[in-house]
Amino acid sequence: MTTPVLDVKQLAVQIPVADGILHAVRDVTLTVARGETLCVVGESGCGKSLTSLAVMGLLPSSARRTAAHMRFAGEDLLDMTPRRLRELRGNRMAMIFQEPMTSLNPAWTIGDQLTEPFLRHGKGNRREATDRAVFLLERVGIAAAGRRLVQYPHELSGGLRQRVMIAMALMCGPDLILADEPTTALDVTIQAEILHLLAELQQEFGMGLLLVTHDLGIVARVAHRVAVMYAGEVVESGPTVTVFDEPRHPYTRGLIDCIPIPARSRPGVPLGTIPGLVPSLVGGIEGCAFRERCAFATEPCARPVPVVTGAEDHAWRCILPAAVPSLLENPA
Amino acid sequence: MLRFTLRRLLLALVVGIAVSAIAFMLLRVSGDLAIALAGEDASPAEVERIREQYGLNRPIIVQYAEWLWRAVQGDLGRSLFYPESVANLIMSRLPVTLTLAGLGLVIALLISLPLGIIAALRRNTWVDRGALGIAVVGQAMPNFWFGLLMIFFFGLSLGWLPISGSDTWMHFVMPAITLGWFSAPVLMRLTRGGMVEVMTSDYIRTARAKGLPGRVVVLKHALRNAIIPVVALCSVQFGNMLSGSVIIETVFALQGIGYLAWEAISRRDFPVVQGILLLVALFYVILTLLADILNAWLDPRIRRG
Amino acid sequence: MSDITAPTGPKLRKKRGRILGNSGLIVAATVLGLITLMAIFAPFIAPHDPYAQTLDDRLIPPAFIDAEMADPRYLLGTDNLGRDYLSRLIYGARISLLIGLLTMLVSGVIGTVLGVAAGYFGGRVDTVVSFLITTRLSLPVVMVALAVVAVAGGSLQVVVLVLGLLLWDRFAVVMRSATMQLRNLEYVAAAQSVGCSTPRILVGEILPNLIPALVVVASYEMAQAILLEAALSFLGLGVQPPLPSWGLMVAEAKEVMLFDPWVILLPGLAICVLVLAINMLGDGIRDVTAPEGRS
Repeated sequence: MTTPVLDVKQLAVQIPVADGILHAVRDVTLTVARGETLCVVGESGCGKSLTSLAVMGLLPSSARRTAAHMRFAGEDLLDMTPRRLRELRGNRMAMIFQEPMTSLNPAWTIGDQLTEPFLRHGKGNRREATDRAVFLLERVGIAAAGRRLVQYPHELSGGLRQRVMIAMALMCGPDLILADEPTTALDVTIQAEILHLLAELQQEFGMGLLLVTHDLGIVARVAHRVAVMYAGEVVESGPTVTVFDEPRHPYTRGLIDCIPIPARSRPGVPLGTIPGLVPSLVGGIEGCAFRERCAFATEPCARPVPVVTGAEDHAWRCILPAAVPSLLENPA
Repeated sequence: MLRFTLRRLLLALVVGIAVSAIAFMLLRVSGDLAIALAGEDASPAEVERIREQYGLNRPIIVQYAEWLWRAVQGDLGRSLFYPESVANLIMSRLPVTLTLAGLGLVIALLISLPLGIIAALRRNTWVDRGALGIAVVGQAMPNFWFGLLMIFFFGLSLGWLPISGSDTWMHFVMPAITLGWFSAPVLMRLTRGGMVEVMTSDYIRTARAKGLPGRVVVLKHALRNAIIPVVALCSVQFGNMLSGSVIIETVFALQGIGYLAWEAISRRDFPVVQGILLLVALFYVILTLLADILNAWLDPRIRRG
Repeated sequence: MSDITAPTGPKLRKKRGRILGNSGLIVAATVLGLITLMAIFAPFIAPHDPYAQTLDDRLIPPAFIDAEMADPRYLLGTDNLGRDYLSRLIYGARISLLIGLLTMLVSGVIGTVLGVAAGYFGGRVDTVVSFLITTRLSLPVVMVALAVVAVAGGSLQVVVLVLGLLLWDRFAVVMRSATMQLRNLEYVAAAQSVGCSTPRILVGEILPNLIPALVVVASYEMAQAILLEAALSFLGLGVQPPLPSWGLMVAEAKEVMLFDPWVILLPGLAICVLVLAINMLGDGIRDVTAPEGRS
């Protein structure tokens, strides 16, 4: 078996807040293989974005990051010198952010910002950088790429800016791309195009892709594997097909029931909802974090829940003995 | 951009006319200029003679119109004290003041930019608080007193620098430091505030994600955005320095227009006073105009919008 | 309607906590209080007549400068006319505070009226006020003040009036934008909709909410006025001798600076301490009254 491009074990992120310490990410373990798309899915505040920022070393300065290990292509990011980390960032691992409107520097041209990582990481001279920028802009579907290079971010629409961000991430031919909800801020019609593009590029360049999203519909379409996060933990992970067909965690089941599926969801029949609220992550949490909202919760759920491993890398954090059935009243 | 510039130009023109009127009227409404010229104990006949001689008995609007018409042509009248025209007098002294203000601005930036940037990057640490403390204490000192202390230490005690006059560049060191020192705090605060805001923005995170070293992130990506209002303020500060030159130049006996203004005011040389007031006010109007245009031009969102 | 803005119990306690937690504010208020008391009770505190010249006792240094030459009758020594320095400094506080306060009042009234009018009515009023502000900013304060004092004569009243007429710009700028923000708030709209008259809205709803910002600007402008008075007097075109203005004292000390540098130190330090206290008080009030979470 080859080394995974990203291998994170027991990652934790703690943020000091006014009334204690926020355990925003707890015991997160995940791997991304070369040429594989891993989707990290969960609702807002579950720690999925922080997980991707932790990998890149871009957490806010007040946050504390710990892990058993966090390897990028076998090299541990935890005890890496800042210099080595800079060599990797934007070069072999790149990130695409959620807010295309504000993630580009308003004071510099698109061309300058695109060629910057290429030149900084010594991939070639200015001429080659410009050629690659034009090639990638065209590849991400931007017409008149040459003209775009001299434009400023404010002259481009949100969709175009996100394509620029994608092209920027690809400039140095990375082994891993982390995309943090790259389509959330965009129009629905453009969302699909951008996702398609990402999936396509991931295949074409054989990169690992870690895609953070709250939309299970996206996961179903592009992910090879999926990690479901809840309250800072990965509650279930495994191949997309397995997780969708036989979810072992009630939260995963709840999320799947929320997806509108054309054949199944009929007018007048309600989609699934998950009752209750996410528990506060300030201080510690004993036992299963989902038990307050879980229809199957029993007394042992208040004690620490071990991770159970099944076939094909399928793992879950629940004591239920079998796959969780759909709770919808009229399953198709 | 063009429309903006034209609108701004129009405003500058109107303000320019207003300040010219004030510069002219000011001395006339403050008291009886004829009495001030003749002296407190002059006889009424003497006062009348002076009133007649300087045309002060004509309607003020007529006097102003005549003065403005000549001023537009570069004629500001003749000095009552020097055997020279006001325009020539001002022109011969202006280079000293412009040099002083220019050096003052450079010194202000040398103090405020590094301090502002470091304070922003090390927010809420002792460096930040120290920089703020220097700014607060610095601004509380009377600038003439600061100048005198410098004269005492570096001029009289240590004998390093000349204490009065404007013959060599050495003469400009202490006045420029004094002038710069008092402009630095406001520039520093603006730099710090801008940097604090910019450093938390998404595009700084993007720059870090590209693997750029901290130096490039701060100087290329952050400062370029935070500096825009600072550049504009520099222009305004330069104008303030021209008007502040009256105190500094008097303290250091630097032969610029500030010193000339003080001399002229003390000697009731009112054509010179009017000329300098007009010039400094117009400088300020032009500099603020420049600041606004510069501000717009430096920001691509406005320049190309 | 007032209960929307009135602080509730815990909020008030929190505010008190913030005042006590702000050591700069406490120190500044104490220093300023002491200087004010000193100025008010100057005739009782001052050991000598500040105008009495004793020509035999000229330029006696204070004990901390030269213990041998010092004279126990003159705690801070004497000036070049043999006047007691401590007494002159104490009386000088009266001039600085008086000019600072009166100037602040004159400029505060002008600036607030203009600023509130511009912010509340907008439109043409705003255009005119903005034009006035721009014009005022274009005038070089020190030069204009010097010129006017030269013609009108250097008295306390003239200095106050000139500075008051020159220093209103910041009041107008801040009040204008603060009023604009308030104007769009719900309770002002509510007052308008129930038919409150414009003066009543301005005095009842707008003005009370402007007070924190007003106090901050006022403290800053008072400090500016004190510094400017000192500068004018230093240049010989402000308060006239023999009044013990601190700026004038620096000017007098300048003549003997070479041999007796300490004479220049004391009045300058006095200005510095007073201005610093006023500025810190303003900063402290700004921090305490700032909305939660902003610093």
